[in-house]
Amino acid sequence: MQKKIIIDPITRLEGHGKIDIFLDGEGGVKKVYLQVPEFKGFEKFCEGRLVEEMPVITQKICGVCPTAHHIASSKALDDLFNVTPPVAAKRLRELMLNAFMFEDHLLHFYFLGGPDFLVGPDASDSERNIFGLINKVGIEIGKKVINIRKRVRGINTLISGSPLYPVCGLPGGVSRALTDGEIAEIRNTTKEAVEFAKFTLKIFNDLILKDKKYIDLINSDAYYHKTYYMGMVDENNRLNFYDGKIRVVDPDGREFTKFDARNYLKHLEERIEPWSYLKILYLKEVGWKGFVDGHDSGVYRVSPLARLNVSDGMTTPLARSEYERMYDFFSEKPVHKTLAYHWARLIEILYAAERMDELANDKDIMSKKIRNIPDQVPEEGIGVCEAPRGTLFHHYKTDEKGVVRKVNLLVATQNNAAAICMSVEKAAKGLIKNGNVSKAVLNMIEMAFRAYDPCFACATHSLQEKRSMTMNIFNEKVEVLKVIQ
Amino acid sequence: MEKPKIALYWCSSCGGCEESVLDLAEDILKIIELAEIVFWPVAIDTKYQDVEKMGDGEIAVSLINGSIRMDEQEYMAGLLRRKSRIVIAHGSCAHLGGVYGLANLYRSEDCLNRAYKEVPSVRNPKGILPKVKLREGEVELELSGFHKAVRSLNQVIEVDYYIPGCPPNPKYISEAVLSVLQNRLLPKGNVFSERRALCSTCSRIGTKPERAVIKEIKRLHVWDWDPEKCFLAQDMICLGPATRGGCMERCIKANMPCRGCYGPTENVIDQGGKFLSALASIIDTRDEEEIEKIANSLLDIVGLFYRYSLPTSLLGGGTK
Amino acid sequence: MNNFEPRLLGFLCNWCSYEGADLAGRSGREYPSNFLAIRVMCSGRIDPQLVIGAFKMGADGVLVLGCHQGECHYKEGNYQALKKLTLLRNMLGEFGIEKERLRFHWVSASEGDKFVEVVSQMVSDLKKLGPLL
Ligand code: SF4
Ligand code: SF4
Ligand code: SF4
Ligand code: FES
Repeated sequence: MQKKIIIDPITRLEGHGKIDIFLDGEGGVKKVYLQVPEFKGFEKFCEGRLVEEMPVITQKICGVCPTAHHIASSKALDDLFNVTPPVAAKRLRELMLNAFMFEDHLLHFYFLGGPDFLVGPDASDSERNIFGLINKVGIEIGKKVINIRKRVRGINTLISGSPLYPVCGLPGGVSRALTDGEIAEIRNTTKEAVEFAKFTLKIFNDLILKDKKYIDLINSDAYYHKTYYMGMVDENNRLNFYDGKIRVVDPDGREFTKFDARNYLKHLEERIEPWSYLKILYLKEVGWKGFVDGHDSGVYRVSPLARLNVSDGMTTPLARSEYERMYDFFSEKPVHKTLAYHWARLIEILYAAERMDELANDKDIMSKKIRNIPDQVPEEGIGVCEAPRGTLFHHYKTDEKGVVRKVNLLVATQNNAAAICMSVEKAAKGLIKNGNVSKAVLNMIEMAFRAYDPCFACATHSLQEKRSMTMNIFNEKVEVLKVIQ
Repeated sequence: MEKPKIALYWCSSCGGCEESVLDLAEDILKIIELAEIVFWPVAIDTKYQDVEKMGDGEIAVSLINGSIRMDEQEYMAGLLRRKSRIVIAHGSCAHLGGVYGLANLYRSEDCLNRAYKEVPSVRNPKGILPKVKLREGEVELELSGFHKAVRSLNQVIEVDYYIPGCPPNPKYISEAVLSVLQNRLLPKGNVFSERRALCSTCSRIGTKPERAVIKEIKRLHVWDWDPEKCFLAQDMICLGPATRGGCMERCIKANMPCRGCYGPTENVIDQGGKFLSALASIIDTRDEEEIEKIANSLLDIVGLFYRYSLPTSLLGGGTK
Repeated sequence: MNNFEPRLLGFLCNWCSYEGADLAGRSGREYPSNFLAIRVMCSGRIDPQLVIGAFKMGADGVLVLGCHQGECHYKEGNYQALKKLTLLRNMLGEFGIEKERLRFHWVSASEGDKFVEVVSQMVSDLKKLGPLL
């Protein structure tokens, strides 16, 4: 008998997503499919648009990462018009991106991924959420999370007009400079953000790292994949979200390649699976060998853990010591443990906070010179930046008037798509036996993809009482046998 | 007494509209006090089947965001219509078709081919496209079908009220929902936002041109404009005169011109046509050739004038 | 496409071209029956939505006729019309509606001949263009 388990809806990359788990006759897991059942056609309908409008148009790809799309798009315009933004504009853009990284990651930890740990993977549904978390850590903390997120989002409202949809990006700069009053307000916030990040790491340390149960979970084979990793680094191979080169390390942590965004086509390739609208990225030079890990497979991972795995260190002091602590703790590099993504995400929160604080206090940020007007004929531009869920590439070609002719977009979750499928499959195979699927087991499977924060369920951005998942178990006639919530 | 029921759903959406609900902050508590949220896929895990089981008209009000492009979205919109007494189109995509509606300028096959066969990063020697129904070995997989064009919600089901914006101002979301829950029903078709055009509340209105001033159309990247002065007075396209107010001049405050996401003003169908009149009236020449020249300096008129409203405009309408 | 009979909709200013059309009629001049005229108080009054609506409802072409330069009864109306229609023509082009399908001419009350000429020319051009799909 063949069964099918559907986890739906799970993502909001370009909208929705679901995972289908097929069981074989013995009730073991046969195959897992990550489906994104939606398509919008940006690559086509951006043709004909005025290229300078792209930062505002393309951010509507995804309301989870609009800021990152806005930045990648603005950088593509810099490249296209061959213009370098003044220092202040670069600082403002980087500040915006770090503020976004901070609040988005924070949300994931407290509202979505975190409760699995902080409340416990086997806790009941009604507890394994922000409310359960507040019960455990105290209502004051819940309030603090909401408050600090609100204030950090406020930074982006000041810089860009909206906490959600920035509009300030232009080729060669940004549209608006900060006032003295605004920067003072921002500096207060960034200082607090650093404190809050430290505090969050302390919670993680006290409640998770000191608990053997969780350590065993993190170390368990069900959540382990030896893959390549990709992320952006600065000239000293240290983490940066806004600017730098793309570095790839192999499963042993050796540099496999390091490239300029302009050359992305040499290194990355996408494949189509007819069962999903989501295209799957892999390393071109290694090649696609299927949903498998190891040296010979082009499957790679991105986002927090991957970014730490590809970098040789951090530029900010507190994040640096946390970074070192994490690698000491696992005594391996790269760390292949999927659940370590949660720790890495917190280290990035700390880095983002420290970096925001640096940028807000940078002497150049208050310069009124925020734009350089391009004087070159546009032709082709590629922009890249890190988004919470991985590296984003925007690639535009225009005619000499700057009207878009061709567009290509590689979006964050595409990079992790293969790995997410594999992680869910491996966890499912390890946990589902004889067709027995308990709630706890399903949650443990969920944890495998939730570690990636695959742009799903803004659920997470909510006061939800339950999770955003549906799992249906189907028999071979695809009739519903059981619905698990 | 049982609390009235609310449902929220997203069709072809970026998720931004969902965020706008979360930005309701304290108002959400007011709503939860009066009503019970029975369906909201991103936040609570009622399933489609649970909605199917509800009685017709059992839900007091459904807020639906996103445009309609896939089978599943059309099905869900129809289902929620049957189950709800009031349906509110939430956000530009549901209200007007939204930014994805620009895809109506292209054939659906061209959209699919571009993304899956032509882009330079894709390797697809066999020319595979995502399939609606597919057998992989013994396994049957289903994927939602992709329609010819993008449609707004009211091109698919009957809609009672509208909340404009991409994304909307949370203030109007709570106003709309509370008006239904507190039984202060407004006339059908009401758009919850300002009645007047964006210009009327814009801080730059003082410099808005009253007579013809435009000698050329300037684009965003070509110069550094005055951050205090009306964009139209600076030869730039700003959709303020043809756009409904209510966004708190979000873009203007960031020193960027309006692109019209709140849709046309009261009683106007075609936002682009309306803006075109406004713009023409301030072009400063009577010379045929010069008019032609100025008109030709304005590129991608559709992408500027109909960025959020193409599917509901007179010419960009969507069909399944 | 020889037997294609295009539908041409005209917006004619009450003060000039409508009179001109009348004159043509009275003096027995023939013009194509494909032409349907709507009288407006001034060419400047024509809202672009009307023109777009005409195409949407099946017109193959739209012809706007207004007073000569300097002769508009509302001073600026015909210039406003010219500006609007020029922009609109470009916009229609982006929607795939050929620019030749929207025309503007100055025709006075005494120019019955010019009226006939303009209409006939446009109908014959539309025949060549074929129906608007
Ligand atoms: S209206 Fe805007 S914010 Fe809302 S779903 Fe559409 S694109 Fe997203
Ligand atoms: S046109 Fe734009 S800038 Fe000018 S007043 Fe209106 S909204 Fe403000
Ligand atoms: S200024 Fe215009 S484009 Fe910007 S949010 Fe307001 S209505 Fe939308
Ligand atoms: S009165 Fe004839 S065009 Fe204005």
